[in-house]
Amino acid sequence: MKGIVTVLGKDSVGIIAKICAYMSERNVNVLDIAQTIVDGYFNMMMVVDLNDASEPLASMTVGLETLGRDIGVVVRLQHEDIFNAMHRI
Amino acid sequence: MITINEARETIRMISEANLDVRTITMGISLLDCADSDYKAFCDKIYDKITRKAEHLSRVGDDIAHEYGVPVVNKRISVTPMAIAAAGCRCEDYVEAARALDRAAVATGVNFVGGFSALVQKGITPEDRKLLDSIPTALCETERVCSSVNVASTRSGINMNAVNIAARIVKDTAMLTRDRDSIGCAKFVVFCNAVEDNPFMAGAFHGVGEGDAAINVGVSGPGVVKRAIESVRGADFETLCEMVKRTAFKITRVGQLVAQEASRRLNVPFGVIDLSLAPTPAMGDSIAEILREMGLEQPGAPGTTAAVAILNDNVKKGGVMAGSYVGGLSGAFIPVSEDHGMIEAVRAGALTLEKLEAMTCVCSVGLDMIALPGDTSVDTISGIILDEMAIGMINNKTTAVRVIPVTGKNVGDTAFFGGLLGEAPVMEVSRFKCADFVRRGGRIPAPIHSFRN
Repeated sequence: MKGIVTVLGKDSVGIIAKICAYMSERNVNVLDIAQTIVDGYFNMMMVVDLNDASEPLASMTVGLETLGRDIGVVVRLQHEDIFNAMHRI
Repeated sequence: MITINEARETIRMISEANLDVRTITMGISLLDCADSDYKAFCDKIYDKITRKAEHLSRVGDDIAHEYGVPVVNKRISVTPMAIAAAGCRCEDYVEAARALDRAAVATGVNFVGGFSALVQKGITPEDRKLLDSIPTALCETERVCSSVNVASTRSGINMNAVNIAARIVKDTAMLTRDRDSIGCAKFVVFCNAVEDNPFMAGAFHGVGEGDAAINVGVSGPGVVKRAIESVRGADFETLCEMVKRTAFKITRVGQLVAQEASRRLNVPFGVIDLSLAPTPAMGDSIAEILREMGLEQPGAPGTTAAVAILNDNVKKGGVMAGSYVGGLSGAFIPVSEDHGMIEAVRAGALTLEKLEAMTCVCSVGLDMIALPGDTSVDTISGIILDEMAIGMINNKTTAVRVIPVTGKNVGDTAFFGGLLGEAPVMEVSRFKCADFVRRGGRIPAPIHSFRN
Protein backbone atom coordinates (compact mmCIF):
# COMPACT_ATOMS: atom_id res chain seq x y z
CA MET A 1 0.00 0.00 0.00
CA LYS A 2 1.32 3.38 -0.98
CA GLY A 3 0.44 6.78 0.38
CA ILE A 4 0.79 10.24 -1.07
CA VAL A 5 2.03 13.05 1.16
CA THR A 6 1.37 16.55 -0.06
CA VAL A 7 2.71 19.71 1.52
CA LEU A 8 1.62 23.23 0.75
CA GLY A 9 2.68 26.41 2.47
CA LYS A 10 5.25 29.13 2.89
CA ASP A 11 8.76 27.85 2.25
CA SER A 12 11.07 27.58 5.24
CA VAL A 13 14.13 25.66 6.39
CA GLY A 14 13.72 21.98 7.22
CA ILE A 15 10.22 21.15 5.97
CA ILE A 16 11.28 18.00 4.11
CA ALA A 17 13.67 17.01 6.89
CA LYS A 18 10.95 17.14 9.54
CA ILE A 19 8.47 15.20 7.45
CA CYS A 20 11.07 12.59 6.51
CA ALA A 21 12.02 12.22 10.16
CA TYR A 22 8.36 11.62 11.02
CA MET A 23 8.21 8.96 8.30
CA SER A 24 11.38 7.15 9.29
CA GLU A 25 10.33 7.02 12.95
CA ARG A 26 7.32 5.01 11.76
CA ASN A 27 9.27 2.81 9.38
CA VAL A 28 7.74 4.41 6.29
CA ASN A 29 9.98 4.39 3.23
CA VAL A 30 9.99 7.44 0.94
CA LEU A 31 9.85 6.23 -2.68
CA ASP A 32 9.73 9.46 -4.64
CA ILE A 33 9.68 13.21 -4.08
CA ALA A 34 8.59 16.00 -6.42
CA GLN A 35 8.50 19.65 -5.50
CA THR A 36 7.97 23.09 -6.95
CA ILE A 37 8.09 26.58 -5.48
CA VAL A 38 5.60 29.04 -6.91
CA ASP A 39 5.69 32.65 -5.63
CA GLY A 40 7.45 31.57 -2.46
CA TYR A 41 4.90 28.84 -1.83
CA PHE A 42 6.29 25.42 -1.25
CA ASN A 43 4.44 22.65 -3.07
CA MET A 44 5.69 19.12 -2.48
CA MET A 45 4.47 15.61 -3.14
CA MET A 46 5.98 12.46 -1.71
CA VAL A 47 5.13 8.87 -2.57
CA VAL A 48 5.62 6.64 0.47
CA ASP A 49 5.52 2.91 1.08
CA LEU A 50 3.18 2.11 3.98
CA ASN A 51 3.47 -1.69 3.91
CA ASP A 52 5.73 -1.96 6.92
CA ALA A 53 4.52 1.13 8.74
CA SER A 54 4.43 0.81 12.51
CA GLU A 55 1.32 2.98 12.83
CA PRO A 56 -2.08 2.79 11.09
CA LEU A 57 -2.63 5.15 8.16
CA ALA A 58 -5.61 6.91 9.77
CA SER A 59 -3.62 7.93 12.84
CA MET A 60 -0.60 9.03 10.78
CA THR A 61 -2.83 11.39 8.77
CA VAL A 62 -3.75 13.09 12.03
CA GLY A 63 -0.13 13.14 13.23
CA LEU A 64 1.08 14.74 10.01
CA GLU A 65 -1.66 17.33 10.14
CA THR A 66 -0.47 18.34 13.58
CA LEU A 67 3.16 18.35 12.49
CA GLY A 68 2.20 20.57 9.54
CA ARG A 69 0.49 23.06 11.81
CA ASP A 70 3.62 23.23 13.99
CA ILE A 71 5.83 24.10 11.04
CA GLY A 72 3.30 26.38 9.34
CA VAL A 73 2.41 24.30 6.28
CA VAL A 74 -0.55 22.09 5.34
CA VAL A 75 0.47 18.42 5.27
CA ARG A 76 -1.81 15.66 4.07
CA LEU A 77 -1.27 11.93 3.86
CA GLN A 78 -3.75 10.04 1.73
CA HIS A 79 -4.04 6.52 0.39
CA GLU A 80 -2.79 6.70 -3.20
CA ASP A 81 -5.95 4.99 -4.51
CA ILE A 82 -8.00 8.18 -4.33
CA PHE A 83 -5.62 9.78 -6.83
CA ASN A 84 -5.50 6.68 -9.02
CA ALA A 85 -9.29 6.45 -9.02
CA MET A 86 -9.65 10.03 -10.13
CA HIS A 87 -6.82 10.33 -12.64
CA ARG A 88 -6.18 6.82 -14.02
CA ILE A 89 -8.59 4.58 -15.88
CA MET B 1 2.75 7.50 -11.19
CA ILE B 2 0.52 10.37 -10.10
CA THR B 3 1.96 13.77 -10.93
CA ILE B 4 2.20 16.66 -8.52
CA ASN B 5 -0.41 18.58 -10.54
CA GLU B 6 -2.88 15.71 -10.41
CA ALA B 7 -2.40 15.46 -6.67
CA ARG B 8 -3.01 19.20 -6.36
CA GLU B 9 -6.18 18.97 -8.45
CA THR B 10 -7.67 16.28 -6.21
CA ILE B 11 -6.73 18.15 -3.06
CA ARG B 12 -8.17 21.41 -4.35
CA MET B 13 -11.44 19.68 -5.15
CA ILE B 14 -11.64 18.49 -1.56
CA SER B 15 -10.30 21.51 0.30
CA GLU B 16 -11.58 24.36 -1.86
CA ALA B 17 -14.59 23.02 -3.75
CA ASN B 18 -16.22 20.85 -1.05
CA LEU B 19 -15.80 17.50 -2.79
CA ASP B 20 -17.16 14.88 -0.45
CA VAL B 21 -19.03 11.62 -0.28
CA ARG B 22 -22.43 12.76 0.84
CA THR B 23 -23.60 9.53 2.37
CA ILE B 24 -22.77 5.90 2.93
CA THR B 25 -26.13 4.31 3.49
CA MET B 26 -26.49 0.73 4.64
CA GLY B 27 -29.71 -0.88 3.51
CA ILE B 28 -30.88 -3.57 5.94
CA SER B 29 -33.72 -6.03 5.40
CA LEU B 30 -36.07 -6.41 8.35
CA LEU B 31 -38.11 -9.19 6.75
CA ASP B 32 -36.55 -11.82 9.01
CA CYS B 33 -37.60 -9.88 12.12
CA ALA B 34 -41.30 -10.65 11.62
CA ASP B 35 -43.06 -11.60 14.84
CA SER B 36 -46.67 -11.52 15.94
CA ASP B 37 -45.49 -10.23 19.33
CA TYR B 38 -44.98 -6.50 18.75
CA LYS B 39 -42.46 -6.05 21.55
CA ALA B 40 -40.40 -9.00 20.29
CA PHE B 41 -40.48 -7.50 16.79
CA CYS B 42 -39.20 -4.13 18.05
CA ASP B 43 -36.40 -5.87 19.94
CA LYS B 44 -35.48 -7.89 16.86
CA ILE B 45 -35.25 -4.88 14.56
CA TYR B 46 -33.15 -3.00 17.09
CA ASP B 47 -30.83 -6.00 17.45
CA LYS B 48 -30.51 -6.61 13.73
CA ILE B 49 -29.79 -2.97 12.86
CA THR B 50 -27.28 -2.48 15.64
CA ARG B 51 -25.57 -5.75 14.73
CA LYS B 52 -25.38 -5.11 10.98
CA ALA B 53 -24.43 -1.45 11.24
CA GLU B 54 -22.27 -1.76 14.35
CA HIS B 55 -19.13 -0.63 12.50
CA LEU B 56 -20.75 1.61 9.87
CA SER B 57 -19.85 4.95 11.46
CA ARG B 58 -16.32 3.92 12.36
CA VAL B 59 -15.62 2.50 8.89
CA GLY B 60 -16.99 5.67 7.30
CA ASP B 61 -14.69 7.78 9.48
CA ASP B 62 -11.67 5.53 8.84
CA ILE B 63 -12.16 5.75 5.07
CA ALA B 64 -12.50 9.50 5.32
CA HIS B 65 -9.21 9.73 7.20
CA GLU B 66 -7.25 7.33 5.06
CA TYR B 67 -8.33 8.72 1.70
CA GLY B 68 -8.56 12.30 2.85
CA VAL B 69 -12.09 12.79 1.52
CA PRO B 70 -14.91 13.72 3.90
CA VAL B 71 -17.72 11.19 4.31
CA VAL B 72 -20.44 13.54 5.48
CA ASN B 73 -23.21 11.20 6.54
CA LYS B 74 -23.56 7.61 7.60
CA ARG B 75 -27.13 6.40 7.36
CA ILE B 76 -29.35 3.34 7.44
CA SER B 77 -32.36 2.38 5.35
CA VAL B 78 -34.66 -0.49 6.22
CA THR B 79 -37.47 -2.54 4.69
CA PRO B 80 -40.67 -0.47 4.49
CA MET B 81 -42.08 -0.78 7.98
CA ALA B 82 -45.63 -1.46 6.77
CA ILE B 83 -44.30 -4.70 5.25
CA ALA B 84 -41.79 -5.64 7.95
CA ALA B 85 -44.26 -5.11 10.80
CA ALA B 86 -47.32 -6.46 9.00
CA GLY B 87 -47.48 -9.61 11.14
CA CYS B 88 -47.47 -7.76 14.47
CA ARG B 89 -50.53 -7.66 16.69
CA CYS B 90 -50.62 -3.96 17.57
CA GLU B 91 -52.63 -0.78 17.29
CA ASP B 92 -50.01 1.41 15.65
CA TYR B 93 -46.32 1.37 14.70
CA VAL B 94 -45.01 4.26 16.79
CA GLU B 95 -43.07 1.90 19.08
CA ALA B 96 -41.31 0.44 16.00
CA ALA B 97 -40.30 3.98 15.03
CA ARG B 98 -38.88 4.47 18.51
CA ALA B 99 -36.88 1.26 18.12
CA LEU B 100 -35.47 2.59 14.82
CA ASP B 101 -34.59 5.86 16.53
CA ARG B 102 -32.77 4.07 19.34
CA ALA B 103 -30.90 1.93 16.81
CA ALA B 104 -29.85 5.07 14.94
CA VAL B 105 -28.47 6.61 18.13
CA ALA B 106 -26.70 3.37 19.08
CA THR B 107 -25.00 3.04 15.70
CA GLY B 108 -24.16 6.75 15.46
CA VAL B 109 -26.02 7.44 12.20
CA ASN B 110 -27.91 10.69 11.79
CA PHE B 111 -30.94 9.30 9.96
CA VAL B 112 -32.66 5.99 9.47
CA GLY B 113 -35.14 5.76 6.61
CA GLY B 114 -37.87 3.25 5.90
CA PHE B 115 -40.82 4.12 8.11
CA SER B 116 -42.59 3.68 4.83
CA ALA B 117 -45.49 2.21 2.91
CA LEU B 118 -45.92 1.39 -0.77
CA VAL B 119 -49.52 2.21 -1.57
CA GLN B 120 -49.47 3.18 -5.23
CA LYS B 121 -52.35 0.83 -5.99
CA GLY B 122 -54.00 -0.13 -2.76
CA ILE B 123 -53.78 0.26 0.99
CA THR B 124 -53.67 -2.80 3.25
CA PRO B 125 -54.87 -2.50 6.84
CA GLU B 126 -51.19 -2.59 7.87
CA ASP B 127 -50.35 0.20 5.42
CA ARG B 128 -53.16 2.22 6.92
CA LYS B 129 -51.85 1.61 10.42
CA LEU B 130 -48.45 2.84 9.33
CA LEU B 131 -49.84 5.94 7.60
CA ASP B 132 -51.81 6.81 10.72
CA SER B 133 -48.67 6.41 12.84
CA ILE B 134 -46.46 8.75 10.78
CA PRO B 135 -47.26 12.15 12.36
CA THR B 136 -46.75 10.90 15.91
CA ALA B 137 -43.69 8.87 14.93
CA LEU B 138 -42.05 11.89 13.28
CA CYS B 139 -42.90 14.11 16.22
CA GLU B 140 -41.63 11.71 18.88
CA THR B 141 -38.46 10.53 17.18
CA GLU B 142 -35.50 12.52 16.01
CA ARG B 143 -33.72 10.45 13.37
CA VAL B 144 -36.50 8.43 11.75
CA CYS B 145 -37.46 9.31 8.18
CA SER B 146 -40.67 8.30 6.51
CA SER B 147 -41.83 7.98 2.92
CA VAL B 148 -44.92 6.88 1.08
CA ASN B 149 -45.09 5.78 -2.55
CA VAL B 150 -48.50 6.84 -3.83
CA ALA B 151 -48.04 6.51 -7.59
CA SER B 152 -46.13 4.70 -10.29
CA THR B 153 -46.02 4.59 -14.07
CA ARG B 154 -47.19 0.98 -13.94
CA SER B 155 -50.04 1.43 -11.48
CA GLY B 156 -51.19 5.01 -11.89
CA ILE B 157 -51.90 7.35 -9.00
CA ASN B 158 -53.71 6.29 -5.84
CA MET B 159 -55.63 9.50 -5.18
CA ASN B 160 -56.90 8.25 -1.85
CA ALA B 161 -53.30 7.79 -0.77
CA VAL B 162 -52.38 11.26 -2.07
CA ASN B 163 -55.12 12.76 0.09
CA ILE B 164 -53.96 10.77 3.12
CA ALA B 165 -50.36 11.90 2.49
CA ALA B 166 -51.48 15.53 2.37
CA ARG B 167 -53.28 15.04 5.67
CA ILE B 168 -50.11 13.48 7.15
CA VAL B 169 -48.13 16.56 6.06
CA LYS B 170 -50.60 18.88 7.76
CA ASP B 171 -50.86 16.81 10.94
CA THR B 172 -47.09 16.47 11.21
CA ALA B 173 -46.69 20.21 10.73
CA MET B 174 -49.15 20.84 13.53
CA LEU B 175 -47.57 18.33 15.92
CA THR B 176 -44.11 19.85 15.43
CA ARG B 177 -45.29 23.48 15.25
CA ASP B 178 -43.01 24.55 18.10
CA ARG B 179 -40.00 23.64 15.89
CA ASP B 180 -41.16 25.29 12.64
CA SER B 181 -42.97 22.09 11.65
CA ILE B 182 -39.67 20.26 11.23
CA GLY B 183 -41.41 16.87 11.26
CA CYS B 184 -42.40 17.44 7.63
CA ALA B 185 -38.71 17.62 6.67
CA LYS B 186 -38.53 13.90 7.45
CA PHE B 187 -41.46 12.87 5.23
CA VAL B 188 -41.46 12.35 1.46
CA VAL B 189 -44.25 11.42 -0.93
CA PHE B 190 -43.06 9.53 -4.01
CA CYS B 191 -44.03 8.48 -7.49
CA ASN B 192 -41.89 5.60 -8.79
CA ALA B 193 -39.89 5.34 -5.55
CA VAL B 194 -36.60 3.47 -5.94
CA GLU B 195 -35.51 0.61 -3.73
CA ASP B 196 -31.85 1.55 -3.38
CA ASN B 197 -31.91 5.31 -2.83
CA PRO B 198 -29.23 6.28 -0.28
CA PHE B 199 -30.54 9.82 0.24
CA MET B 200 -32.86 10.90 3.01
CA ALA B 201 -35.62 11.41 3.78
CA GLY B 202 -36.76 9.00 1.04
CA ALA B 203 -34.42 6.06 1.57
CA PHE B 204 -35.81 2.59 2.21
CA HIS B 205 -34.46 -0.90 1.58
CA GLY B 206 -36.70 -2.45 -1.07
CA VAL B 207 -38.06 -5.97 -0.87
CA GLY B 208 -36.17 -6.87 -4.05
CA GLU B 209 -32.88 -6.20 -2.29
CA GLY B 210 -30.66 -8.65 -0.44
CA ASP B 211 -30.19 -8.91 3.30
CA ALA B 212 -28.02 -5.79 3.33
CA ALA B 213 -26.36 -3.45 0.84
CA ILE B 214 -24.05 -0.45 0.80
CA ASN B 215 -25.34 2.41 -1.33
CA VAL B 216 -23.31 5.56 -1.70
CA GLY B 217 -24.40 9.05 -2.64
CA VAL B 218 -21.67 11.17 -4.16
CA SER B 219 -21.83 14.90 -4.44
CA GLY B 220 -19.83 17.88 -5.42
CA PRO B 221 -21.80 20.84 -6.79
CA GLY B 222 -18.82 22.99 -5.80
CA VAL B 223 -16.45 20.95 -7.93
CA VAL B 224 -18.71 21.23 -10.98
CA LYS B 225 -19.07 24.95 -10.44
CA ARG B 226 -15.32 25.43 -10.13
CA ALA B 227 -14.72 23.35 -13.26
CA ILE B 228 -17.15 25.24 -15.47
CA GLU B 229 -15.68 28.57 -14.37
CA SER B 230 -12.82 27.64 -16.67
CA VAL B 231 -15.10 27.48 -19.72
CA ARG B 232 -17.08 30.66 -19.09
CA GLY B 233 -18.66 31.89 -22.33
CA ALA B 234 -17.81 28.74 -24.30
CA ASP B 235 -20.46 26.90 -26.33
CA PHE B 236 -22.63 24.07 -25.02
CA GLU B 237 -20.42 21.31 -26.39
CA THR B 238 -17.51 22.60 -24.31
CA LEU B 239 -19.71 23.15 -21.26
CA CYS B 240 -21.19 19.64 -21.45
CA GLU B 241 -17.77 18.04 -21.90
CA MET B 242 -16.48 19.84 -18.82
CA VAL B 243 -19.44 18.73 -16.67
CA LYS B 244 -19.05 15.16 -17.91
CA ARG B 245 -15.34 14.98 -17.18
CA THR B 246 -15.81 16.45 -13.73
CA ALA B 247 -18.67 14.09 -12.91
CA PHE B 248 -16.46 11.19 -13.95
CA LYS B 249 -13.78 12.18 -11.48
CA ILE B 250 -16.24 12.78 -8.65
CA THR B 251 -17.94 9.46 -9.22
CA ARG B 252 -14.69 7.52 -9.32
CA VAL B 253 -14.07 8.71 -5.77
CA GLY B 254 -17.58 7.57 -4.80
CA GLN B 255 -17.00 4.20 -6.39
CA LEU B 256 -13.72 3.77 -4.52
CA VAL B 257 -15.33 4.67 -1.19
CA ALA B 258 -18.33 2.42 -1.87
CA GLN B 259 -16.17 -0.59 -2.69
CA GLU B 260 -13.93 0.01 0.29
CA ALA B 261 -16.89 0.40 2.66
CA SER B 262 -18.48 -2.73 1.23
CA ARG B 263 -15.27 -4.73 1.71
CA ARG B 264 -14.62 -3.55 5.25
CA LEU B 265 -18.20 -4.02 6.41
CA ASN B 266 -18.56 -7.31 4.54
CA VAL B 267 -21.82 -6.10 3.00
CA PRO B 268 -22.41 -6.24 -0.77
CA PHE B 269 -22.03 -3.02 -2.77
CA GLY B 270 -25.39 -1.88 -4.13
CA VAL B 271 -25.25 1.30 -6.17
CA ILE B 272 -23.74 4.73 -6.53
CA ASP B 273 -26.33 7.48 -6.65
CA LEU B 274 -25.24 10.27 -8.98
CA SER B 275 -27.20 13.10 -7.44
CA LEU B 276 -25.73 16.56 -7.17
CA ALA B 277 -26.81 17.33 -3.64
CA PRO B 278 -26.16 20.78 -2.19
CA THR B 279 -25.58 21.71 1.44
CA PRO B 280 -26.19 25.08 3.10
CA ALA B 281 -22.43 25.81 2.88
CA MET B 282 -21.15 28.49 0.51
CA GLY B 283 -19.62 26.91 -2.57
CA ASP B 284 -21.77 23.79 -2.31
CA SER B 285 -24.80 24.96 -4.21
CA ILE B 286 -26.70 23.97 -7.37
CA ALA B 287 -27.85 27.58 -7.73
CA GLU B 288 -24.21 28.71 -8.02
CA ILE B 289 -23.75 26.28 -10.93
CA LEU B 290 -26.82 27.64 -12.70
CA ARG B 291 -25.51 31.18 -12.25
CA GLU B 292 -22.11 30.17 -13.55
CA MET B 293 -23.84 28.65 -16.59
CA GLY B 294 -25.16 32.11 -17.38
CA LEU B 295 -28.46 32.61 -15.57
CA GLU B 296 -28.84 35.73 -13.46
CA GLN B 297 -30.85 33.73 -10.93
CA PRO B 298 -32.26 30.21 -10.83
CA GLY B 299 -35.83 30.61 -12.03
CA ALA B 300 -34.91 32.84 -14.97
CA PRO B 301 -36.03 31.59 -18.41
CA GLY B 302 -33.60 28.87 -19.40
CA THR B 303 -33.42 27.36 -15.93
CA THR B 304 -35.22 24.15 -16.88
CA ALA B 305 -32.83 23.61 -19.78
CA ALA B 306 -29.84 24.36 -17.57
CA VAL B 307 -30.94 21.74 -15.03
CA ALA B 308 -31.53 19.24 -17.85
CA ILE B 309 -28.08 19.82 -19.34
CA LEU B 310 -26.38 19.73 -15.98
CA ASN B 311 -27.87 16.45 -14.89
CA ASP B 312 -27.72 14.69 -18.18
CA ASN B 313 -24.01 15.28 -18.30
CA VAL B 314 -23.49 14.37 -14.66
CA LYS B 315 -25.12 11.04 -15.54
CA LYS B 316 -23.10 10.54 -18.71
CA GLY B 317 -19.84 11.11 -16.89
CA GLY B 318 -20.92 9.27 -13.76
CA VAL B 319 -22.23 6.14 -15.44
CA MET B 320 -18.82 5.55 -16.99
CA ALA B 321 -17.16 5.84 -13.59
CA GLY B 322 -19.42 3.61 -11.53
CA SER B 323 -19.96 -0.12 -11.88
CA TYR B 324 -23.55 0.07 -10.64
CA VAL B 325 -25.43 3.31 -10.80
CA GLY B 326 -28.89 3.64 -9.30
CA GLY B 327 -30.85 5.39 -6.62
CA LEU B 328 -32.36 8.67 -7.67
CA SER B 329 -29.47 9.98 -9.76
CA GLY B 330 -31.07 13.34 -10.44
CA ALA B 331 -30.68 16.90 -9.25
CA PHE B 332 -31.67 17.36 -5.68
CA ILE B 333 -32.83 20.89 -5.28
CA PRO B 334 -33.80 21.12 -1.63
CA VAL B 335 -34.50 24.81 -1.40
CA SER B 336 -33.72 25.12 2.30
CA GLU B 337 -30.35 23.38 1.90
CA ASP B 338 -29.01 25.58 -0.90
CA HIS B 339 -28.17 29.18 -0.01
CA GLY B 340 -28.33 30.20 -3.67
CA MET B 341 -31.85 28.84 -4.07
CA ILE B 342 -32.94 30.66 -0.91
CA GLU B 343 -31.53 33.87 -2.36
CA ALA B 344 -33.39 33.27 -5.64
CA VAL B 345 -36.67 32.77 -3.78
CA ARG B 346 -36.10 35.95 -1.77
CA ALA B 347 -35.29 37.87 -4.97
CA GLY B 348 -38.61 36.74 -6.44
CA ALA B 349 -36.87 34.79 -9.20
CA LEU B 350 -37.79 31.28 -8.17
CA THR B 351 -41.38 30.13 -7.75
CA LEU B 352 -43.04 26.86 -6.87
CA GLU B 353 -44.18 26.52 -10.48
CA LYS B 354 -40.65 26.88 -11.85
CA LEU B 355 -39.37 24.30 -9.38
CA GLU B 356 -42.14 22.02 -10.62
CA ALA B 357 -41.05 22.58 -14.21
CA MET B 358 -37.52 21.51 -13.30
CA THR B 359 -38.88 18.18 -12.06
CA CYS B 360 -40.04 17.46 -15.63
CA VAL B 361 -36.40 17.07 -16.61
CA CYS B 362 -33.87 15.92 -14.08
CA SER B 363 -34.97 17.30 -10.78
CA VAL B 364 -36.33 14.74 -8.37
CA GLY B 365 -39.03 16.84 -6.83
CA LEU B 366 -40.30 19.69 -4.77
CA ASP B 367 -37.86 19.33 -1.95
CA MET B 368 -37.67 21.14 1.37
CA ILE B 369 -40.04 23.88 0.39
CA ALA B 370 -41.70 25.88 3.13
CA LEU B 371 -45.33 26.80 2.48
CA PRO B 372 -47.64 29.13 4.40
CA GLY B 373 -48.97 27.39 7.50
CA ASP B 374 -52.57 27.94 6.47
CA THR B 375 -52.18 26.08 3.15
CA SER B 376 -55.16 23.71 3.04
CA VAL B 377 -54.95 19.92 2.91
CA ASP B 378 -56.64 20.02 -0.50
CA THR B 379 -54.06 22.41 -1.90
CA ILE B 380 -51.24 20.22 -0.59
CA SER B 381 -53.00 17.26 -2.23
CA GLY B 382 -53.07 19.20 -5.50
CA ILE B 383 -49.36 20.05 -5.26
CA ILE B 384 -48.51 16.40 -4.59
CA LEU B 385 -50.83 15.22 -7.36
CA ASP B 386 -49.18 17.44 -9.99
CA GLU B 387 -45.77 16.09 -9.04
CA MET B 388 -47.03 12.50 -9.13
CA ALA B 389 -48.53 13.10 -12.61
CA ILE B 390 -45.16 14.35 -13.88
CA GLY B 391 -43.45 11.24 -12.53
CA MET B 392 -46.10 8.85 -13.80
CA ILE B 393 -46.23 10.21 -17.34
CA ASN B 394 -42.48 10.72 -17.70
CA ASN B 395 -41.58 7.35 -16.21
CA LYS B 396 -39.32 8.94 -13.62
CA THR B 397 -39.09 9.30 -9.88
CA THR B 398 -40.66 12.42 -8.48
CA ALA B 399 -41.09 13.39 -4.87
CA VAL B 400 -42.65 16.01 -2.66
CA ARG B 401 -41.25 17.16 0.66
CA VAL B 402 -43.06 20.35 1.61
CA ILE B 403 -43.39 21.97 5.00
CA PRO B 404 -46.53 24.03 5.69
CA VAL B 405 -44.96 25.95 8.55
CA THR B 406 -47.60 26.40 11.22
CA GLY B 407 -47.98 30.07 12.12
CA LYS B 408 -45.78 31.41 9.32
CA ASN B 409 -46.58 33.15 6.08
CA VAL B 410 -44.99 34.34 2.84
CA GLY B 411 -42.04 36.55 3.75
CA ASP B 412 -41.26 34.61 6.93
CA THR B 413 -38.41 32.12 7.23
CA ALA B 414 -38.53 28.67 8.76
CA PHE B 415 -35.39 27.58 10.60
CA PHE B 416 -34.58 23.88 10.72
CA GLY B 417 -30.91 24.00 11.62
CA GLY B 418 -27.93 21.89 10.61
CA LEU B 419 -28.00 20.13 7.27
CA LEU B 420 -31.69 20.97 6.79
CA GLY B 421 -30.95 24.69 6.70
CA GLU B 422 -33.58 27.42 6.57
CA ALA B 423 -36.36 28.10 4.10
CA PRO B 424 -38.22 31.23 3.06
CA VAL B 425 -41.96 30.54 3.01
CA MET B 426 -43.02 30.42 -0.64
CA GLU B 427 -46.19 31.64 -2.24
CA VAL B 428 -48.82 29.07 -3.18
CA SER B 429 -51.59 29.58 -5.73
CA ARG B 430 -54.69 30.88 -3.96
CA PHE B 431 -57.04 29.13 -6.39
CA LYS B 432 -58.79 26.05 -5.10
CA CYS B 433 -58.62 22.45 -6.29
CA ALA B 434 -60.75 20.79 -3.61
CA ASP B 435 -63.48 19.49 -5.92
CA PHE B 436 -60.84 17.93 -8.13
CA VAL B 437 -58.68 16.17 -5.55
CA ARG B 438 -61.63 15.00 -3.47
CA ARG B 439 -62.85 12.83 -6.33
CA GLY B 440 -60.56 10.20 -4.82
CA GLY B 441 -60.16 6.70 -6.21
CA ARG B 442 -57.38 5.72 -8.56
CA ILE B 443 -56.05 7.49 -11.61
CA PRO B 444 -55.44 4.75 -14.21
CA ALA B 445 -51.93 4.03 -15.45
CA PRO B 446 -50.92 5.93 -18.57
CA ILE B 447 -51.05 4.34 -22.02
CA HIS B 448 -47.29 4.02 -22.34
CA SER B 449 -47.10 1.86 -19.23
CA PHE B 450 -48.32 -1.03 -21.42
CA ARG B 451 -44.97 -2.01 -22.79
CA ASN B 452 -45.45 -5.71 -23.29
